[in-house]
Amino acid sequence: MSSTTPETKAPTAETKAPATNRVGLSIKEYGGSKSTLCVGCGHDVITRQITQAMYEMSIAPHKVAKLSGIGCSSKTTAYFADRGHGFNAVHGRMPAVATGALMVNSSLIGIGVSGDGDTASIGAGQFVHLLRRNVPMVYIVENNGVYGLTKGQFSATADAGSKLKTGAVNDLPAIDLCAMAIELGCGYVARSFSGDMKQLVALLKGAFAHRGTALLDVISPCVTFNNHESSTKSYKWAKDHEIPIHEIGFIPYFEEIAVEYDPGTTQDVELHDGSHIRLRKLREDYDPTSKGQALSLCLEAQAKTEFLTGLIYAEPRKKDFLELSGVAGEPIVSIPDARLRPPKKSLDEIMESLK
Amino acid sequence: MSTAVLEEKRPETANRPPVINDFSIHVATANGSGSQSSNNILMRSIFQMGIPVSGKNLFPSNIQGLPTWFTIRASKEGFIARRRDVGVLICMNPETAHEDVKTVAPGAAVIYEESLKLDGLRQDVVFYPVPFQKLVLELVHDGKLRRLAVNMIYVGVAAWLLGIDMAEIEKAVAKQFKSKASAVEVNMSAIRGGLEWAGKNLTKRDPFRLERMNATAGKIIIEGNAAAAIGCMMAGVQFLAWYPITPSSSLAEALIDYAGRYRIDPETGQPTFAVVQAEDELAALGMVLGAAWAGARSMTTTSGPGISLMSEFAGLGYYTEIPAVVVDVQRVGPSTGLPTRTMQGDITSTYYLSHGDAKHILLLPGSVEECYSMAIDAFDLAERFQTPVFLMSDLDLGMNNWMADPFPYPDKPLDRGKVLKTREELEAHIARFKEFARYRDVDGDGIPWRTLPGFIDSPAATYFTRGSGHNERGLYTERPDDYQRNMDRLARKFDTARRFVPRPVVSNGSGSRVGVIAYGSSDFAVEEARVILARKGLPIDYLRLRALPFTTETADFVSAHDRVYVVDQNRDGQMVDLLRLELGPHATKLRSIRHYDGFPLDAETVIEGIEAGEKR
Repeated sequence: MSSTTPETKAPTAETKAPATNRVGLSIKEYGGSKSTLCVGCGHDVITRQITQAMYEMSIAPHKVAKLSGIGCSSKTTAYFADRGHGFNAVHGRMPAVATGALMVNSSLIGIGVSGDGDTASIGAGQFVHLLRRNVPMVYIVENNGVYGLTKGQFSATADAGSKLKTGAVNDLPAIDLCAMAIELGCGYVARSFSGDMKQLVALLKGAFAHRGTALLDVISPCVTFNNHESSTKSYKWAKDHEIPIHEIGFIPYFEEIAVEYDPGTTQDVELHDGSHIRLRKLREDYDPTSKGQALSLCLEAQAKTEFLTGLIYAEPRKKDFLELSGVAGEPIVSIPDARLRPPKKSLDEIMESLK
Repeated sequence: MSTAVLEEKRPETANRPPVINDFSIHVATANGSGSQSSNNILMRSIFQMGIPVSGKNLFPSNIQGLPTWFTIRASKEGFIARRRDVGVLICMNPETAHEDVKTVAPGAAVIYEESLKLDGLRQDVVFYPVPFQKLVLELVHDGKLRRLAVNMIYVGVAAWLLGIDMAEIEKAVAKQFKSKASAVEVNMSAIRGGLEWAGKNLTKRDPFRLERMNATAGKIIIEGNAAAAIGCMMAGVQFLAWYPITPSSSLAEALIDYAGRYRIDPETGQPTFAVVQAEDELAALGMVLGAAWAGARSMTTTSGPGISLMSEFAGLGYYTEIPAVVVDVQRVGPSTGLPTRTMQGDITSTYYLSHGDAKHILLLPGSVEECYSMAIDAFDLAERFQTPVFLMSDLDLGMNNWMADPFPYPDKPLDRGKVLKTREELEAHIARFKEFARYRDVDGDGIPWRTLPGFIDSPAATYFTRGSGHNERGLYTERPDDYQRNMDRLARKFDTARRFVPRPVVSNGSGSRVGVIAYGSSDFAVEEARVILARKGLPIDYLRLRALPFTTETADFVSAHDRVYVVDQNRDGQMVDLLRLELGPHATKLRSIRHYDGFPLDAETVIEGIEAGEKR
């Protein structure tokens, strides 16, 4: 399965041909339309990491289903993977659209981009059920604690005590999307920061390799409405407070695992497709495959207002919704019409039973 | 003791002419007391005797304890609408017994639990006290079965009084309990016990009798929801997302059941459909749009409150042009109270469901046959027009038992609409039209072409799906001209749909200047009313609507008559309102007949409405 030499070709001085990946595409071919977000928006950084991760994972872009709801974050699905199909749904309801699309076509690669308003407020109900079902997709929350498109109202992930530019104080506790996801049985739960590109791209690649819902809660500062002194979702605050729980390396299934690791300081998590996530522990004895530890970590971080990032929880062997529903084989949309309508004898049999 | 002996002992009614095969039986029980099987057996036995029959469950929103009624109508003329007057009442519910007795027609027969002592309530009905509770102790030895088996005793008593053939009862019992020997035995012995007790202890004094006919041979009995489920399965549905809500749940459950038997791929063993029980109706329609966007024939099933929750997604489906089939089994209003009663309550709200300029194709099935055939039509229309299509059934049609001819096998292949599914199709399209543009009207009918995610590996095949602001290529735009051009095309598409939706059924030729327009489950009562009115010297023409938007026949019909009565099963005349908007100057000819007490429409209401109008 794995080859000894990575197939990604570096550009050479002679040809100047762009580097291409295992499916023969350059990173440009994973691009999308020009962003219309504010200059310096954290979301644009995440878009670049998504593009990078897709390229490095050699994802077939035409198989990508990009799904989003409404909000600044939800616009970003237009900014990458133009060769895939995108669906900008209604506010908070991307999970439903994603569930339908991915259920009937097991060959699609689902990526949903949402925001904290879209996921934690209006879409909380659908988010909960997407996780519970373990719909196979990467679900990214670009979390800035504020409603950008409607000009700066608090969202449900804003920390208690944080202030708006207007001086208004948020009295309500934040919803911790990662803790919620762990509780609901999500098998890949990570938190990251748009400013930590190396970690983010590794977590994204891991998310693409995971089967089932992979949740990435990415703190992504809003430069226009929530980047001021008293915000806990500003660039400065996040940079000053980010505590990675481990250093993350990602080894795709098509690359050989070269270096031995020391189980005392390093932990390997094998993902569904044979890829590995290698975690160099920074927090003593933290095991992200332990649900108990993962939940405790979230609760402690909440209590201390700590900004912990990394792969918080991993359970790579869970069955996804298609497997649970018995439709993980041939995509339902590929079944020819002739096999969709039962023959006359079936109808006759039913009619006879009703006489 | 054999039935023959009992027959000899039954005296004929002394001075009233017999009423044969033309009355209704009303069974009053408490919900959850297990009377459903008994009522089905009664109904099926009559059906098997060749007598046209219909069965309606007038039930409460409750699992156990609240009053429920089952009404069985036998009609030699084949009228299967609800009959307002009750001929035979079976009183098993002490809570409602007094009220029930008060409401039956003079001359009715009342079978009741002896201890209720109802016989002093009226002088103009025939009372038959039966010691059901005592009898069940003698007839059923297993104490746990008595609560249910007591209902079988009234089947036996009714069989003796009305002359139901015991051989047919035995067949019906075997069908009801799927030939499970122990259940058949217990229930048959209770029925026989009731019959024998009645033979020994009762003297027939009422005129109601059932006599064998030959009007039901080859027919089926089915609920509209099961009929629609079969239609959806035969239409090749690939995706169902639903949220349980009365009265539509049984449709989803029947579909899951049938598809689980007939839609499993023999080679792979995998179902050729997927089902999600959604977290709410809002999610259900979202899932349907996602699945249909991906290329699957997709549907949901719901009722009024679910329709409300689906509003935003219905608009998104209209603007993004994604096919979807929504079956709305209409019922009375929101929340608690009458969710188990019928209404044509969602006509205007569904026609215009959502914001902006959204409007939708509605199909209006008027029988179980049409629940089946229009379910198939709905998928074809949804994919042809790339838009949500609503199949507007109702509780009366959906949850009650209707006699019908067996459903025909579909004679047309699936119409999957304008889809470019392969590279060859895409290239041919581009060769002809220069490029693939998702929302461009290249054929002049307002209907654009679409591609599906993941099917063609080419940048030329992809587009981005978004709400109201997109140009012909699907690119984001807020330009007034782009928006307006798109809205005009959507209007053109809707106009095209007028030529494709099911046409109304027009019965002209009575020579009358008076017409009636009705739709959906009202058909049975209206047809019956026309027969009776014609006998009274007032023949009327009839147009039965089968879809919205209206087609040309409707305006023609109204312009050809002086007065047209529009029958609605709602308080405000939702269909008459839409007709008035549509018809312009002819609207003044319309008169409205409205039925809205929660029970199914009956012919008397239609007759009274038309007679009152014509006397003016």
